[in-house]
Amino acid sequence: MRKFIDKIENFIFVIPALAFFITFSIYPLFKTFQMSFYQWDGITKNMIFVGFKNYIDAFKDPIWLKSIKNGFILSFLALIFMNSIAFLLAILVNSGIKGAKFYRVIFYIPPILSGIVVGYIWKWIYDPNFGILNGLLDILNLSHFKRPWLSDVNTALISVSIASMWQGVGGSFILFLAGLQGIPEDLFEASRVDGATFWQQFFYITIPLMSRTLMIVSILTILGAMQLLTIVIPLTNGGPGFETEVPALRIYKEAFSSYKFGYATALSVLLGIMLFIISLIQIKLRKVD
Amino acid sequence: MKRDMHFMTKKIKFSRILIHLFLISYAITCLFPLLWMISTSLKSTSEVYTNKSLIPQSLNFENYIKAWTEGNFSIYFTNSVIYTISIVLGIVIVSTLAAYAFARLNFPFKNIIYYAFLMMMLIPIPGAFVPLYVLLVKLGIQNTRIGYILPMINSGLSVSIFILKEFFEQIPKELEESAVIDGCSKFQVYYRIMFPLALPAISTIVIFNALSAWNEYILAAVNFTDPNKMPVQQGLFIFQGQYFTRYELLMAATTITTLPIIIIYLSMQKYIVRSLTGAIKG
Repeated sequence: MRKFIDKIENFIFVIPALAFFITFSIYPLFKTFQMSFYQWDGITKNMIFVGFKNYIDAFKDPIWLKSIKNGFILSFLALIFMNSIAFLLAILVNSGIKGAKFYRVIFYIPPILSGIVVGYIWKWIYDPNFGILNGLLDILNLSHFKRPWLSDVNTALISVSIASMWQGVGGSFILFLAGLQGIPEDLFEASRVDGATFWQQFFYITIPLMSRTLMIVSILTILGAMQLLTIVIPLTNGGPGFETEVPALRIYKEAFSSYKFGYATALSVLLGIMLFIISLIQIKLRKVD
Repeated sequence: MKRDMHFMTKKIKFSRILIHLFLISYAITCLFPLLWMISTSLKSTSEVYTNKSLIPQSLNFENYIKAWTEGNFSIYFTNSVIYTISIVLGIVIVSTLAAYAFARLNFPFKNIIYYAFLMMMLIPIPGAFVPLYVLLVKLGIQNTRIGYILPMINSGLSVSIFILKEFFEQIPKELEESAVIDGCSKFQVYYRIMFPLALPAISTIVIFNALSAWNEYILAAVNFTDPNKMPVQQGLFIFQGQYFTRYELLMAATTITTLPIIIIYLSMQKYIVRSLTGAIKG
């Protein structure tokens, strides 16, 4: 009996966390699945059960498919360019040079800023008439390259990607740096004695020992790029047309601009399943080799 | 041989300079947009559209006063301070209690509950703001301060509980045992012994949750329609006109929004980098 009372007492410690968790995580999760089978405007009591209609509609919705494609393009660009830059920076900062701490502090400034602030700063940089980017091209006598970066269909998505990568490099950099610092120094010493070149060390020590870190950073990069949202709202809000629509922005707009709550939650479920599979595939792939 | 050595050190020196040149140019890439923001915020309205120099002709602090008063930033800023403090306080109390129990106490379904929290941390749920909005309306707390603070506390819980549980498990058990012998109740052990000992981990949680609470936008946009309750991130949108944006005012407002973050970051960067680099080992 004493033991039972003891356990109940212990349980009191987790009750607040559990109450939050059930109300604001479990219930919304359950609600998302439930709502995705209904047609509902989010306001009236009029909820109509439509089965899998929302899901079928999603596969025929060109704007949704476009936003998924954009998500993949943003992921791809971030994986290739953002992570290469971050990896290079991490290797250089970790090479025993002076001022490593200074660089580390500076490189992590963009990630701590809000997406809205970063979006607005870059919107101003890209401004077609008075922005510094076009101004710089004028100064460099490259005026023929000038364009309305965010409203030109050819450059809008790339411009959004550059702004978001500018913010994201620091995050990957810090994780790579932590991974590099975990490699024992004597491995490099020993290989140096054996006459290994820098590139041999890079391919036979750094890369294999960094595989876990590379996996984690890649997953985080894809998950981040596929869920990009706040930075896009001030930059383009999905425009011009639907050129820079991203999945999370579609969900937001379907719910709060079109008042299609059922459809929006169906998109949430689809995106959620996709992200879950992406992280599973990557973990599986890495376990094999 | 000697000549060879000389050549080698010269080569190393040269490559060091190249490394620094590269790193400095990237550091400038990181800082330039921020300097450009500050520079714009100090320019006069006409100068913004004519002077492409990073250094303003004169320092127009009026932009800040205008953003603060006419742009209502005094209200948004106060709101953000209130939200950030409440959210962080809530997270610290709720997560330390739970983490202590997960680390040290026994109760039914302990592991299942803990793994449920972990799953929430690891599995992304995109678009959670849609059902949250529905829930807030149902609870009658949409467009209220509490309707924003409560879900925001929840969003920081799982990671915080995870970090704290790991920390609590490393604290030697002898300390609690002797406290129990001295007649301390479980709750006294928690707040007299475990809480103070966990301060390093708690400070990490405070910093990260403060940054994410200050920077949060989507849930605020979903929740608030009353401008008097909006946080800074939402307030920034009032400077964007339909056809025309007053960039000197907008940049003054983004500077006001960013300044507290930069100050916290620079004064706490030791903690921040240490806990970030700790995150990937383990």
